[in-house]
Amino acid sequence: MSSLAGTRALLRLALRRDRVVLPVFLVIVVGMVASSASATIALYPDAASRIEASTVINTATSTLAMFGPIHDPTSIGALSVFKIGMMSVLALAVFAARMVVRHTRAEEETGRLELLGAAVVGRRAPLTAALIVAVGASLTAGLFSGLGLFGTGLAGGGSAIMGAAIAGMGVVGAAFGAVAAQLTTSARGAAGMATGAIAVFYGIRAVADSASDGALSWLSWLSPVGWYQQARPYAGDRAWPLALLAALAIVLVAVGYALATRRDFAGSLLADRAGGATAPRYLGSPLGLAWRLQRNAFWIWAGTFALVGAMVGGLTGSVGSFIDSASMRDIIDKLGGAAFLEDAFLSVEISFMAIAVTIFGLQAVLRSRAEEVGLRAEPMLASATTRLRWLGSFLVVSLAGSVALLLIVGTTAGLASAGAVDYSNQVARVVGAALVQIPAIFVVIGIGVAGFGIAGRLGFAGWAALTVFVLLGEFGKLLNIPQGILNLAPYSHTPRLPGVELSWSPIIWMSAIAIALFVIGFAAFRRRDIS
Amino acid sequence: MTAAIEIENLVKTFGRTRALDGLDLTVDVGEVHGLLGPNGAGKSTTIRVLLGLLRTDSGSARLLGGDPWRDVEELHRRLAYVPGEVMLWPNLTGGEVIDLMGRVRGGLDSKRRADLLERFELDPTKKSRAYSKGNRQKVALVAALASDVELLLLDEPTAGLDPLMDAVFRDSVHEFRDRGRTIFLSSHILAEVEALADRVSIIRDGKRVDSGSLAQMRHLARVAITADIARGADAIKKLKGVHEFRTQGERVEFQVDPGDLSGALAALAKAGATSLTSHPPTLEEIFLRHYSDESAPVAS
Repeated sequence: MSSLAGTRALLRLALRRDRVVLPVFLVIVVGMVASSASATIALYPDAASRIEASTVINTATSTLAMFGPIHDPTSIGALSVFKIGMMSVLALAVFAARMVVRHTRAEEETGRLELLGAAVVGRRAPLTAALIVAVGASLTAGLFSGLGLFGTGLAGGGSAIMGAAIAGMGVVGAAFGAVAAQLTTSARGAAGMATGAIAVFYGIRAVADSASDGALSWLSWLSPVGWYQQARPYAGDRAWPLALLAALAIVLVAVGYALATRRDFAGSLLADRAGGATAPRYLGSPLGLAWRLQRNAFWIWAGTFALVGAMVGGLTGSVGSFIDSASMRDIIDKLGGAAFLEDAFLSVEISFMAIAVTIFGLQAVLRSRAEEVGLRAEPMLASATTRLRWLGSFLVVSLAGSVALLLIVGTTAGLASAGAVDYSNQVARVVGAALVQIPAIFVVIGIGVAGFGIAGRLGFAGWAALTVFVLLGEFGKLLNIPQGILNLAPYSHTPRLPGVELSWSPIIWMSAIAIALFVIGFAAFRRRDIS
Repeated sequence: MTAAIEIENLVKTFGRTRALDGLDLTVDVGEVHGLLGPNGAGKSTTIRVLLGLLRTDSGSARLLGGDPWRDVEELHRRLAYVPGEVMLWPNLTGGEVIDLMGRVRGGLDSKRRADLLERFELDPTKKSRAYSKGNRQKVALVAALASDVELLLLDEPTAGLDPLMDAVFRDSVHEFRDRGRTIFLSSHILAEVEALADRVSIIRDGKRVDSGSLAQMRHLARVAITADIARGADAIKKLKGVHEFRTQGERVEFQVDPGDLSGALAALAKAGATSLTSHPPTLEEIFLRHYSDESAPVAS
């Protein structure tokens, strides 16, 4: 039997399973790239306004840390893609990595692949089919993004580089997925590992781009995300850094295949250790179980937030001086908020953290959905655990975990920025700024809970809402979306602490909405069938 | 004798399919009751209704004197459940799962836990993801059998066990019953129910078609006879109460209604039988009668 036998059948299966996700994701990426570019072009009709905007971006630590510098201030193309380019290469990389895990390790873990494995499926076939899907999706996204950019009137060379970079980062993401899928026996762990690797490389270049005077700019070369930036679309159009992406992908895929052909079915490189013969004391209630299921993820998030908080706090001192002109302020506003004063910098960074915390919160509470689908809800609900206690346990871990992460990031950012500012109570101020994010986060978690309560598969409403809110927040103003729609995003109502007066009314009504959503979710969950 | 489970005229629909279509069922306290039916007959649906996981459309279900939908907490303290397909938390060990399930149910007998682990030859320190299907099933069975409950609900409990473990399971179930507890198990494996159950209910398309002890069921069914005879096969074939008569050289095979057995035996004697085997109908044969479409439901 050839080691590739069955690839075609697996490929067809994968495409069928992804027939909705794949096109929707591609349309969103391509649509966002093209529309935000054309909106930027309309916004900056002349060279003077572009230079002004680029200068703002290149001096603001917060935008440098998040999206990197603009290498040619006169280039409208470079300005058009400085934000959406970074976001789409990251989205592609994470998406492709998770897609590879989804069609390899996840299938193996659930035993579905075994069902097929007994038929004619070669050792390399599952990974090959998964890579074809993920690489195909990346190339499609890159091709159409490039065409879309070119269609808005931007230069052909830059559009080609940008499109190739999107495709290339997708391919690198897929390659990370191919290796991670061989390392652990759990799909959740593998997806987390690949996503974590991409996040680390993003963080490396963030440090490189935001350190004062470019002292650490060499760090950028250690990161594939940095290579994307070095391709400099519309600002030099260098193709050779993209070759580095291709080379890295080839090496990683080769490693992935080598591991895949050497390990046992359902085995892994990192072997499972034996555990306790009896359960620890805390593991005797639904809450104990919910905590146990989230524990590892929580500590990884906590460590990451402690680091990021310290980094952000440390950067506060290098925030550029305030530029006082009406047009500048207008530009900053269109970039997503004021970004100059130390307070404003912290406020922007913390509102960014709020989205990351929401990701933790949503996946913690929607673990209930995975439990139900994985037939592990049934034995718990057949015990003396009521439905309210069962779902409530996941919600408690989600909410308490979210608050804890905000406290961690607020404390570390506060401590690290204390030296850069004159406030004696800086830690309290930054912790306050972090905690004020709670209501908006809880609203999004509430949407997930309400969806799951009504019907299990509607739990994804939480993820859909988060995506829409983030896109509205980042690109809503640029795309001239009416204020009424922008107001739907709870994050837009969060008081921008520190440095401004705390207004209680949005906090109160957002909390009320969150509680209402929780109640809806629980009430509906009590009434429905468990699948 | 009080009933552990009382189901009357129960209806549960999923969209257009009627999974339960007026089901009646009674399980007495202290018996092992088997729910027998082919795939899709409504066995799992019945159990999931009893666990309060599904809402019913009409009819009534009582469990241990309570309402399975409303009195979840109170009732579930008094029962243990083993699903047909046991899925465990991949990064918990088997021992951790057993303790967790025991604690959320309201208690585990640690002596019995140790004893069952040994008898089922289960390593409790292994992570659940490393267990085979049979071992996952053992984890759930140990957790259920070691807990201090009045009622066990088992959905196709031995699907993944090997014959040796099957015997261990059988003994454990009977010990459980001998302590005055009740066991309700579903199965489509006749031998399993035959070996375990005191009473059986047979369901088809969401309705009960028969219920009773195995002795009562056999009473309803014919006796199967195989004999070698020297002559007179035709005479036997024409006897009253003889069905499905076949000859193969000197060998005859037929079924006979219990009331006409003595007549058939007399005829065999006259025919100069040189060998004779008879056996009670297996559940397979009862099953076939109830599930072949032309047979009318028989009440016991």
